[in-house]
Amino acid sequence: MNPSVDALRTTFGDAIGRAEAARDGETIAFVRPDRLTDVMRWLRDTPGQAYDYLVDVTAVEYRDRERALEVVYFLRSLERHADLRVKVELDPRGELAVDSVTPLWAGANWLEREVYDMFGVTFRGHPDLRRILMWETYAEGYPLRKDFPLRGRFSRAEQVRQALNANPEAHYSLEELSIAEAFDEVPAEMRERLRRGERGKLPFDE
Amino acid sequence: MEELRYVFPQRRPSTYFLNGVTVVKRVSKEISGSPNWLVTKFDELVNWARANSLWPMPFGTACCAIEFMATAASRYDFARFGMERQAFSPRQADVLICAGRLPFKLAPVIRRVYDQMPQPKWVISMGACASTGGIFDNYAMVQGIDTVVPVDVYVPGCPPRPEGLLYGVLMLHKKIKGESLALPALRDEQPLDAKGLRMPPDEIDEISEPFGNSVHQFRSS
Repeated sequence: MNPSVDALRTTFGDAIGRAEAARDGETIAFVRPDRLTDVMRWLRDTPGQAYDYLVDVTAVEYRDRERALEVVYFLRSLERHADLRVKVELDPRGELAVDSVTPLWAGANWLEREVYDMFGVTFRGHPDLRRILMWETYAEGYPLRKDFPLRGRFSRAEQVRQALNANPEAHYSLEELSIAEAFDEVPAEMRERLRRGERGKLPFDE
Repeated sequence: MEELRYVFPQRRPSTYFLNGVTVVKRVSKEISGSPNWLVTKFDELVNWARANSLWPMPFGTACCAIEFMATAASRYDFARFGMERQAFSPRQADVLICAGRLPFKLAPVIRRVYDQMPQPKWVISMGACASTGGIFDNYAMVQGIDTVVPVDVYVPGCPPRPEGLLYGVLMLHKKIKGESLALPALRDEQPLDAKGLRMPPDEIDEISEPFGNSVHQFRSS
């Protein structure tokens, strides 16, 4: 068992739920959703912990409908060569929402967008919570949820119609692809255009 | 006309698919009384030139594209059949080779690539996924690219070996050599209808159904 769990318990008390060993030997610590940001910040910034790298964010929904939907955070400490998994349990019948860790790790941005896209989990405080794999007008639901039919909710004809009527250039301008990191620095007018999903002007067209 | 039997027929035979009698009638009405020696010989010459200088536009999305590369490389070398120049620009391409599965997100992209190609143009659907959706009978995948663009030759396989793709190319050669310059399909675009579809919705639903022993599934609406 990872010693970080005991340290978490002494610091956060009953905000830390059970802890268990995953099948590959790594430690899973369950955290109450409302304390997630505090716990994660503590794990990142405390010198003895120093989990400075967020490897992945994903979610699990079990076939047993009584079981909670879990959001999983894979943490790694690059200097200590240590790994820790943090899980948050959400009631699938209630509101699926948890605080975003993007303010702590900028790399969580797209990972949380993917979880939102596939599972419908809302990340409070995320700067840009949009679908990332499916197109933004996708209206059939969240594909990896257990109540989602494998072939989608619409008929094949409707799916083809929506796909063919989509404008592939509307959302993926070269501007958006190249300046994603510098979004805050671009002129306000350009930021507005990107928000509206318009295609930007390329340097070489008049 | 006899060799055309070997071309895989389209699921929905359309007016411009070359199936013998229909086409000859159409041609004879448009040109003159009957196709004469000059016309047929000229067709033969043009078709010979077209069939032996097909420039492929590779649309490789999956493992079929690896076999496509093997087909283009030295051992199989489809330059032997006049496909020396691969056109990575649709404006200079003759045949669109869709090698791999096509997600719905790419459907408008391949349609735009197809629309940008100049007439006359042909499409080869390479592999099980491009032809029928293959094993990907799920929410994200187009069930056969013929719901998006018209297809001339389907090459089966998962993925097809290079010999399979070459066989498909040779089938396309045979099809091209049976065409006539007066055929409207060689000049006219086949635009999408008012709904933005290539074929009626019920036909799309019908050909998207899985084959016999697929897992029992239901749609909630």
